[in-house]
Amino acid sequence: MSQRYIMLFTRFERFWHWSQMLLIMILLFTGFAIHGFHQLLDFQTAVELHTVCAASLLILWIFAIFWHLTTGTWRHYVPTTNGLWKVAKFYAFGIFKGERHPYHKAYWRKHNPLQAISYLALKLFLFPAIWISGIAYLLYPLWAETSGGQLIWVAIFHTVIAFAILAFVIIHVYLLTTGHSFKAHVMPMINGFDKVELSSEEEAYLEKDEPGNIR
Amino acid sequence: MMYQHNFILRLRDVPRLIVMLSMCFVIMGTCATSMAETSKPPSDVDMNFRQDTVVDKPTVAVDSNSTADHSKFEELKQPFSSGPEVTKACLKCHTEAGHQFMKNIHWTWNYQNEKTGQLLGKKHLVNTFCTNARGNEGMCAQCHAGYGWKDETFDFTNQENIDCVVCHDRSGTYYKTPPSKGNKACSIMFEGKQPIQWSKVAQSSGLPARENCGGCHFYGGGGDGVKHGDLDSSLIHPDKKLDVHMDEAGLNFTCTNCHVTKKHIWAGSRYDVLAKDTEGTGKPGQRRDVATCESCHGLQPHPNNSLSSIKLNNHTDRIACQTCHIPTIARGGVATKTDWDWRTAGKTKNGEGYKEKNYTQGNGEHRATYKSIKGDFKYAENLVPHYAWFNGQMDYTTIDTKFDPAKESVNINRYVGSASDGQSRIWPFKQMRTVQPYDKGNNTLVYMHLWGNDENAYWGNYDFGKAIKAGMEKNNLPYSGEYDFVETYSYWPITHMVAPKEDALTCNECHARKGRMENLKGFYMPGRDSNYWLDLLGILAIIGTVFGVLAHGLIRVVMNKKRA
Repeated sequence: MSQRYIMLFTRFERFWHWSQMLLIMILLFTGFAIHGFHQLLDFQTAVELHTVCAASLLILWIFAIFWHLTTGTWRHYVPTTNGLWKVAKFYAFGIFKGERHPYHKAYWRKHNPLQAISYLALKLFLFPAIWISGIAYLLYPLWAETSGGQLIWVAIFHTVIAFAILAFVIIHVYLLTTGHSFKAHVMPMINGFDKVELSSEEEAYLEKDEPGNIR
Repeated sequence: MMYQHNFILRLRDVPRLIVMLSMCFVIMGTCATSMAETSKPPSDVDMNFRQDTVVDKPTVAVDSNSTADHSKFEELKQPFSSGPEVTKACLKCHTEAGHQFMKNIHWTWNYQNEKTGQLLGKKHLVNTFCTNARGNEGMCAQCHAGYGWKDETFDFTNQENIDCVVCHDRSGTYYKTPPSKGNKACSIMFEGKQPIQWSKVAQSSGLPARENCGGCHFYGGGGDGVKHGDLDSSLIHPDKKLDVHMDEAGLNFTCTNCHVTKKHIWAGSRYDVLAKDTEGTGKPGQRRDVATCESCHGLQPHPNNSLSSIKLNNHTDRIACQTCHIPTIARGGVATKTDWDWRTAGKTKNGEGYKEKNYTQGNGEHRATYKSIKGDFKYAENLVPHYAWFNGQMDYTTIDTKFDPAKESVNINRYVGSASDGQSRIWPFKQMRTVQPYDKGNNTLVYMHLWGNDENAYWGNYDFGKAIKAGMEKNNLPYSGEYDFVETYSYWPITHMVAPKEDALTCNECHARKGRMENLKGFYMPGRDSNYWLDLLGILAIIGTVFGVLAHGLIRVVMNKKRA
């Protein structure tokens, strides 16, 4: 057992992450303009940007889903209760006492149990909820033949999810400050290499067959 | 100021002055300023219909593809001396025109709404301007397309009474005056005109141009632009900014380009509006029944080549074209009347009626803000319309409708529609507010006897009591003998003065917290609407999250320092 830097976030995953980040930021900004929270954009520009970004994000998600399924990376998100409590306890208490993070990243398990269950919830509930309500909102003229009263429920639902995603973003960014350093958390998502606990077999395999993916 | 001015004018014309002064004393001085103005060329925008079309500018050119030149017709090469003689000649060739036109509302002034059963038309309605044409035909019927309707003896079955030339005169020299003289002082306004050259008028016959229709429709309500706000004399020679279709240097549409006819019946009724055209263009030459935008532009009027255009096409089922494409009304330099208070009518100076002209409109002309014969007025230009859901049906408060005057106001006409009925779209209206007399005992509106050369005519005696009594009696209507004033509103659907597309409303005008649609109910509109509790909880959740992570971070920092 040893800790080594290996290629954990491949090029597509990094592209997916950062373009998704950018799109979600624009969507939040334009979405809240459409909602009437601010007038920094005129309504038409806000609607156009929001629609284009939403469509782009949908396409990106289609690719990402395909990528997860074909590469087997979906396994990183399988929920587990094993160690979940420990991690939760760490963020609630241990972190203040200067304890070490109880979880060590593994080759086939790059997320801690709390992280995995959060990302899974995001992908299975929040994201589908925002895009289903968003598509319904966009295609409103196709289904609301006679009634103007129904759009309000779609709009309310869409806005609730938007608030939830914004809350996720805030917590997500904050958690980058925990652990060793902010930089140590961000760098893997830039160059792809992260420190992972490897078994000697994994280490030997990577050094022999994928020397470019281990440092 | 005004009297000094008048005095100078009178000095120039002493004999006339004597005549006029004696009249003043006899009739206790109605319409005094009108008299004074007869000594100069008439330029009272309130009363002189088709003013100055002859001397001012050439008539509106009509792109006619006609195969006939009426100046070459033998039948018209004769010295006509009256209107009916000309009509007789017209009907020799246009054999069916008389019967056809007799079904037209311009002739009947009578309209029965099939949906509501209400009897409408100028013959019956009470309005928010001079209040009633009925009984005042001697004045009002100068805009009736016939000759000589001054009382109930007018023969509606005689084809020769039809006035063909008021619509078809292309010489620009024809004019109409009130069928009866009315109060002597008022009738002076219409004197001093050149006699009509009937033969010249007849030989000029052609398709109606804007000035023909406008001769009446631009002056509805008693003056230029008074009634509609989207119809006034600025549309005789409009530029593109004012009206993209009628633009004299461009498309140069006449009224009948849109108000198409079939057997002398026009499309486009204000009494029964087609608020949502679901048919569109139809097959070539097919649609002669509507004057809707869709009948030319189709149901998908915006090019489906961009996101915004697609989105705009998605609006057409809920928003009338006019709502975005007529950003404001009364844009041509002519003001429209928005407020009329009859209560102050009847004031005199030295026993004479007078006018105050304290409003100067965009084209420089002065408009009366007070007239003894009518009361106080307010005007507006570049006016943002009133918006409402409208399914095309108008319910009227007619002469026999009882209302509760304790309520805030009476809607003389009420648009019907809602966001949820599937038939309505959001339409623009000109809103007119008036304070006018009503029957205090019976809680109904009243007909007033305004015009006439008798002691009961309000325009002469300034006595509401007598004028109402006479107006009601003439029509065998009950009158309690007591009148008071009630606040009324009328709503005029807006559909003219279509602006070029670059001047159409932007999304922000409506999709905003305090936008143009602020007061419309029954639907959710992005940008305008939000759920208060959702927003509150959402913002609290976000603030809570931010404080949560900040607190978490702060404890980490503090604890770290302690350990160190």
